[in-house]
Amino acid sequence: MNLYTYASPANFYVLAGKLIPWFAWGTGIFTVWGLYISFFLAPTDFQQSEAYRIIFIHVPAAWMSMFIYLVMAFWGAIGLAFNTRLSFMMARALAPTGAIFTFIALWTGAWWGKPMWGAWWVWDARLTSELILLFLYVGIIALWAAIDDIRRGDRAGSLLTLIGAINVPIIYFSVKWWNTLHQGASVSLTKAPSMAATMLQGMLVMAIAAWLYTITVALIRVRRIILERERQTEWVKALLEKET
Amino acid sequence: MHRFLLAVLRRDLTLAARRRGDWLIAQFFFVMVASLFPLGVGPEPEMLARIGPGVLWVAATLASLLSLSRLFADDHHDGSLEHMVLSPEPTVLLVLGKSLAHWLIYGIPLLLIAPVLGIQFNLSWEAIWVLEISLLLGTPILSLLGGVGAALTLGLRGGGVLLTLLILPLYVPALIFGAGAVDGVMAGTGAEAHLSLLGAFLVLSLMIAPWIAAAALRVSLE
Repeated sequence: MNLYTYASPANFYVLAGKLIPWFAWGTGIFTVWGLYISFFLAPTDFQQSEAYRIIFIHVPAAWMSMFIYLVMAFWGAIGLAFNTRLSFMMARALAPTGAIFTFIALWTGAWWGKPMWGAWWVWDARLTSELILLFLYVGIIALWAAIDDIRRGDRAGSLLTLIGAINVPIIYFSVKWWNTLHQGASVSLTKAPSMAATMLQGMLVMAIAAWLYTITVALIRVRRIILERERQTEWVKALLEKET
Repeated sequence: MHRFLLAVLRRDLTLAARRRGDWLIAQFFFVMVASLFPLGVGPEPEMLARIGPGVLWVAATLASLLSLSRLFADDHHDGSLEHMVLSPEPTVLLVLGKSLAHWLIYGIPLLLIAPVLGIQFNLSWEAIWVLEISLLLGTPILSLLGGVGAALTLGLRGGGVLLTLLILPLYVPALIFGAGAVDGVMAGTGAEAHLSLLGAFLVLSLMIAPWIAAAALRVSLE
């Protein structure tokens, strides 16, 4: 089987349609499981009491906000380099989800900050760079919205994504570079995590749920984009006739 | 190769010299925005010295944005931009030349006005000196990154506002390091670290921005 056949929107449309139910079910199962661990199994933190449970949403959302941006930059670069239509469609399909996760990360962060730090918002390096990430998402979406020509819009948005991608490592390392109020990462690949095993488990399950959710909605959205852009082609007409 | 760069520079400078009203607007904008702050927050000298570096830097970024939307727009209107892009000379040099010209026309006058505003904001001579160095390193960054935004939004409806939305997030490091350098010298911790980071950011922008802007220009003109 040649994977490149799925670079064709017509083939990918069918593949995405088959994959969506699997990812959707995965999202549901992992979300329920993750929330169960977060609210019922994870112990109460001796310092932060119950309010710490916000991190089960906050941390996966913050991870996804940065990761989705990198994936968008990746698809944008592939599209610019190899001139593949589907890559640009993937980048466009991912952007709204990334913006939503960035917003959720900021919002839940504020809810967590109020009881812990006594402030909804501080102009801390990490908070600021996450806010800038939200501005970047909004800027890219606004640029796409302003350009009617699809080909030009795809390319312009991808160029902007690439130049903004410099910001993502700054967010990730900001805690190390500047000594700031936001706590350092509690989870690391190289050393033992500084939290209870159940808490870590809950966070990872929630992260997988966020991941699956992203894939599900991105696939749904990319199917819509494919239909919209390929509406002049024979295969879409045949598809519509079959469905009606 | 550099003959082309010089030709682009000379052309833009000549055009600017013949339309003096255009570039004076940006300078007056800079002065006005900076003058609004003492009226808004009150005239206490200590507070003005405290917020001065940040205010002057923000005003400088806004003033540069104001002029950037026209970086390519006029040439795009009369069609000469397409000819320059179609010429055998590299588009990167065209963009670099235009960004440099923009810096000479809009950045250098900011450097000359900034000390006067610094005095108004009750900054010490040492702080004004560091402000000058930080603007000298920082304003080229604004012109270079702004070139990317101007190329991306070329010919779009509402291009000016969109340009602001796209480019302001990218200006943030320059703003932080530039204003941070002046704050550092006022707080007694020294400005070298911030100025070095600002210099590094300038080199990075110089290496990346013209290429991205050239690619964006070709996309916009297709």
